[in-house]
Amino acid sequence: MSVVAHTAAPALARRRRRVSFRAAFGLSVLLLMGGSAILAPQLAPWDPAKQMLLKRLRPPVWQERGLSQHPLGTDHLGRDILSRLLYGGRISLGVGLTAVTLSALIGVSLGLTAGFFGGRLDALIMRVVDVFLAIPYILLAMGVVFALGPSLGNVILVMGATRWVQFARIVRAEVLSIREREFVAGARARGNRSLRLLLHHVLPNALTPIIVVATLELAFMIIYESALSFLGLGVQPPTPTWGWMLADGRNYVASAWWLATLPGLAIMLTVLAVNLLGDWLRDTLDPRLTV
Amino acid sequence: MALLSVEDLRTHFHTSAGVVRAVDGVSFAIERGEVLGLVGESGCGKSVTSLSIMRLVPPPGRVTAGRIRLEDEDLLDKDAEAMRRVRGARIAMVFQEPMTSLNPVFTIGDQIAAAVLAHEGGGRRAAWERAVEMLDRVQVPSPRERARDYPHQLSGGLRQRAMIALALAPGPQLLIADEPTTALDVTIQAQILDLLRRLQAERGMAVLLITHDLGVVAEVCHRVAIIYAGRIVETGSVASIFASPVHPYTRGLLRCLPHPSRFGQPLSSIEGAPPDLRAVDGGCRFAPRCPHAIEACRREEPALAKRKPGHFVACPVVPA
Amino acid sequence: MVGYVARRLLQSLGVLLGVSVIVFGLLHLTGDPTRLLLPLEAREEDVRQMRALLGLDDPLWVQYARFLTRAVRGDFGLSFKHQVPALTLIFQTLPATLQLTGAGLCFALVVAVPAGILAALKRNSILDAACSVGVLLGQAMPVYWLGLLLIMVFAVGLGWFPAAGRDGWSSLVLPATALGAFSMARIARMARSGMLEVLAQDYVRTARAAGIRAFVVTYKYALKNAAIPLVTIVGLEFGILLGGAVITETIFAWPGVGRLAVDAIFSRDYPLVQAIVAVLATLFVVINLVVDLVYTWLDPRIVYVRSVR
Repeated sequence: MSVVAHTAAPALARRRRRVSFRAAFGLSVLLLMGGSAILAPQLAPWDPAKQMLLKRLRPPVWQERGLSQHPLGTDHLGRDILSRLLYGGRISLGVGLTAVTLSALIGVSLGLTAGFFGGRLDALIMRVVDVFLAIPYILLAMGVVFALGPSLGNVILVMGATRWVQFARIVRAEVLSIREREFVAGARARGNRSLRLLLHHVLPNALTPIIVVATLELAFMIIYESALSFLGLGVQPPTPTWGWMLADGRNYVASAWWLATLPGLAIMLTVLAVNLLGDWLRDTLDPRLTV
Repeated sequence: MALLSVEDLRTHFHTSAGVVRAVDGVSFAIERGEVLGLVGESGCGKSVTSLSIMRLVPPPGRVTAGRIRLEDEDLLDKDAEAMRRVRGARIAMVFQEPMTSLNPVFTIGDQIAAAVLAHEGGGRRAAWERAVEMLDRVQVPSPRERARDYPHQLSGGLRQRAMIALALAPGPQLLIADEPTTALDVTIQAQILDLLRRLQAERGMAVLLITHDLGVVAEVCHRVAIIYAGRIVETGSVASIFASPVHPYTRGLLRCLPHPSRFGQPLSSIEGAPPDLRAVDGGCRFAPRCPHAIEACRREEPALAKRKPGHFVACPVVPA
Repeated sequence: MVGYVARRLLQSLGVLLGVSVIVFGLLHLTGDPTRLLLPLEAREEDVRQMRALLGLDDPLWVQYARFLTRAVRGDFGLSFKHQVPALTLIFQTLPATLQLTGAGLCFALVVAVPAGILAALKRNSILDAACSVGVLLGQAMPVYWLGLLLIMVFAVGLGWFPAAGRDGWSSLVLPATALGAFSMARIARMARSGMLEVLAQDYVRTARAAGIRAFVVTYKYALKNAAIPLVTIVGLEFGILLGGAVITETIFAWPGVGRLAVDAIFSRDYPLVQAIVAVLATLFVVINLVVDLVYTWLDPRIVYVRSVR
């Protein structure tokens, strides 16, 4: 009914004007996290690697044995939790962003290739996609990181190289739909010019879903990275990562609850914020997406 | 007493962008056995009117005022269960898009049988038999086999027949057909209209035929009501309206129809566009496009007034 | 129908072939597998011996062919650490993992599907809002953190369930819950949006217009339409959960394939790692194949299955 059509456009504009709670929350949490990550050296009260064994296993300040210089307590080696959380955030967000960028680059290029050239190349790339989807990512990551040695660079590499699939699909779909529209049989004769035209049309359109996918992938990467750290395959100590902190905390589940809870909380909040932002982006930019 | 009597119906949509007054003062009546055509362009409120009668207006829409009388009962007063009993059994509806209006994962026999079972006892076997019988009545070839088909296995014309079978299976007194032929090929259109006419005559059923196509109206309807921007602007018998249309909109519509006598002349159209239904005020809604509009037109909402026996017009300006 | 099944089968085989390439490639990623398999201080002579033993001096494609032919027969070699055929170890531990994954999935379905459907039916109600919040939190919560929290609260704190090990039904509860919660959010979301989409369809309107009872419309008609795509989701979830089981088993010391894998990686037990990745990937591909076929069987619109008249 055109009644609905009449009202759809202004309704959307209306929604944008009234700031979405989700977006506000997500964005502010992210800014907080991002800001504290960048400013970690300035903000952290202690050196995250500094072991102060006399003050080990102190609970957060609001509990009985807590100390005000260590608002979130200390771990089993006397290191300040708050500082470690701040520095850990750098890793999580930094690795996440870099890995997302890497996987976006790989995925977008492959998606463009598959969509543009079509035919056998397309089929081949899609088979590769299927293969990557078939292997449980954790195992793949574990295997590769282990083969190459656990380090910051390798973690980024692995995550980037295994998660490009989503980007490839989206971009390929975009290319295919443009091809349907713009290119009728005869146009193919234009050869080189058609490639440029394709890119010219595809990339701006594809940018929106790429951004949405990137945001959601970022959330995934943060969890993924801490999972690898948790298993001991991520960035090695003494650099603190949230995953490592959780792994350490595992041994003190009975005695020091904050060691396991706080890093997890940090992860959850960050991922929540990223997801909210991603959802909001998807709803405002392109409600058609079925990501 | 008329079979269906709609009095000053108003259905509004409360959206975040404003109130859309889709139906704003619609009144008409349908006698038993009569075919009334409801004609208007897209977005004029004809579909919303039909949904309002069935009380199936999707939120954020609501019927805000008026009365809808089926024989002597006010449909707007009924509770949910009472209204459910009316739907299908006393008033049935056929929709425009037969492909999306039929459930793709159930056979058409199942769906027709379900419509029967909703109102009558008798068990599934009896309902199935009735479904086959109905498919036969709507002239679906090999009805018993076809009943076991899924909607996507049928052609557009057969699907629409199946929909009609579904609507008529419980034996309603009034059939509302919302653009039943718009989505079909021209040749199929003719067949479906034929079918509707035949069934209507056989059962003495009243039909509210909603369409934008005056040709269809001429073929099938006894009377016609012209609706514009949520209001009825003219009603009368088909003969009367076609022969002597009064309202400027009606005249405009009829002039738009290509006619052999005007061969060689440019096609005419009505200047302007329908108003935004959120921003309408009092006054005649056609006034902005009307060549005969006077000051009073913009101020006062014109009421339907009798011009000739059975012929009502909502325009004080234009003479007959 | 046969044609379609054959085609899907072929496709799956192709994927498995690709998987085998990757599995094989894992070992050769650094160029010299001996570096992975032997300690760094190994003597030159030992390295040469190992290379000969493993046939690493042959051209790569020969090695791959050898690997593939053996793998197809189920021979992945002996696990370095356990000195038992890798596949045997896997079959010993797989039941535990399947039990865990199955329980987790059941738990997730039992909670998430009704929740999602109810949320769709009572749109914009408190239930719907609660469901949305639950989904958000569930998607953000890492499964290992949830596992730890569950241990802290229910095992250590309340002492209702054991914190680790596989020992009777009560030990299944916590790990299955952690794993299931991981899926719940996704499934609930799909169920809700699927149901909402169906309820907005024209054919639901037709059913209402025919006077069919609301109860029948929702639970007989709309549900069947919404259930079909949900089947695919369930299949996929099983695969995802297999991956998630790795972490869950580690936390709860559940003796399944996941824990075996982590252990194998840390003990540099490469034949075992290869075998595990290969088996799990195969399982995943098979599950997807089955899900696809079930879907085409359920949905009457798929032309390949029903003959068109």
